[in-house]
Amino acid sequence: MSNLTQLARALVDLDEELVSSLVKQKIEAGEPPLNIIKECNEGMGQIGKLFETNEYYLSELIMSGEILKGVMSELEPLLANVEKDSSSAGVVVIGTVKDDIHDIGKNIVVTLLKGTGFEVVDLGVDVPAETFVKTMRETGAKVLGLSALLNFTFPAMKEVVDQLAAAGLRDKVKVMIGGAPCNEEVRQFAGADFLAKDAATGVSFCKQIYGQN
Amino acid sequence: METRLASAARELMISSDKQTTLIGERINPTGKKKLAEALQKGEYDEIVRREAREQVDAGADVLDVNVGAGGVDEIAVLPEVVKIVMDEVDVPLCIDSGNPHAIEAALKVYKGKPLINSVKGEEQSLQTVLPLVKEYGAAVIALPLDQNGIPNNADDRIKLVDRIVERCVKTGIPIEDIVIDCLALSVGVDYHAGLVTLETIKRVKENYGVNMTLGASNISFSLPGREAVNDAFLSIAMAAGVTCPVVNVAKARKCVLSTDLILGRDKYALRYIKYYRQNKEQF
Repeated sequence: MSNLTQLARALVDLDEELVSSLVKQKIEAGEPPLNIIKECNEGMGQIGKLFETNEYYLSELIMSGEILKGVMSELEPLLANVEKDSSSAGVVVIGTVKDDIHDIGKNIVVTLLKGTGFEVVDLGVDVPAETFVKTMRETGAKVLGLSALLNFTFPAMKEVVDQLAAAGLRDKVKVMIGGAPCNEEVRQFAGADFLAKDAATGVSFCKQIYGQN
Repeated sequence: METRLASAARELMISSDKQTTLIGERINPTGKKKLAEALQKGEYDEIVRREAREQVDAGADVLDVNVGAGGVDEIAVLPEVVKIVMDEVDVPLCIDSGNPHAIEAALKVYKGKPLINSVKGEEQSLQTVLPLVKEYGAAVIALPLDQNGIPNNADDRIKLVDRIVERCVKTGIPIEDIVIDCLALSVGVDYHAGLVTLETIKRVKENYGVNMTLGASNISFSLPGREAVNDAFLSIAMAAGVTCPVVNVAKARKCVLSTDLILGRDKYALRYIKYYRQNKEQF
């Protein structure tokens, strides 16, 4: 925890005022918004760990989400300008899997994707596998993003991938998963194609699939 | 206003003029692995008797009886468990199930006047539960929620209370046999949740003056040191009008007795002092 940046540290400390003033300073100093998000992400990751080990409580997790929302509302106007020269870069369908209602991380990815020029179909939270499959069929999107915060929702991720296969769509769709507890084992278990460790790598993956860069 | 409940041997009056009535919550498998397993295996006689006895010894005035767990046939098991509890202790019971058929099966074997837990504001629940309340002359707990869930504000909860009370009256259930649960959500998730519940309690008291219960421990879900929050909430809720909370009696009794004393319901502090003498280790 000691090598967190000042901003990440302030977020972990749930110091809303300090976070806000640091973000404003960085924006004024011309720091790229993606770097600011990366720092916040490190703080959120730390908070997630503290929550998992029962050192932080649900109220604190919710509060961290509120602070992050504030940061994102500062950054969103800037993100919208990032790389928005091309028309639609492609379609990405995204949602939080069934039985999970956490959407902070997912919403960051959505914002970034939109800012990068992608058309995003955001299905929201607690999304049944059938809805994901139906939307993939309807939109013809090449990338599906599955988000989760809770450990027990991994089978729900696998269910989506299995149903895509049953619907004959598996080879047409790349599935990326993300969210605090996702790791390589989870990716393999679920049968997903890509593990997005943070929002920025998720966006890179989408660019790669749609042949940018 | 007085709500009368009865077991075969005893009568109990719930009223804001009297000491607070404690409804014991422990015969409920939710979050209790041992009890859930016992109910699933059909080997529940011993554990049910023990839970019933311990709660009454700790000062429970009424016992809630709920057998809802995966793989348990509530229609068959609820009446059996009710019989066991009636055999072990002589307090009135609160028959607790989401399944009206299970409630009816339990009502058939119950001796006395029970409290039914519960009726909701949605049509399906009103149509199935209220006729049972009427037919068996029971009292009923009313929950201001419907198919859309629990409203997050007092106005909408009061609308649901109004609807349920109106339907009870139409069905011929006396108003004193309605006990309202204004519902507590966690302040660990929404820190305004306590205020919404308290506002609803205040308005139910003003509008109807009926007895009120409350599953008070929900208030502290997800928080550390839950007992401190539970106790504070219970005290304020009692002051606002809750007369028969559903609680873990052994844990909540100290708070309830202290609060009753402050609310002028414990002459010369006799009950409080008696409790202190018998439970010095808790002070």
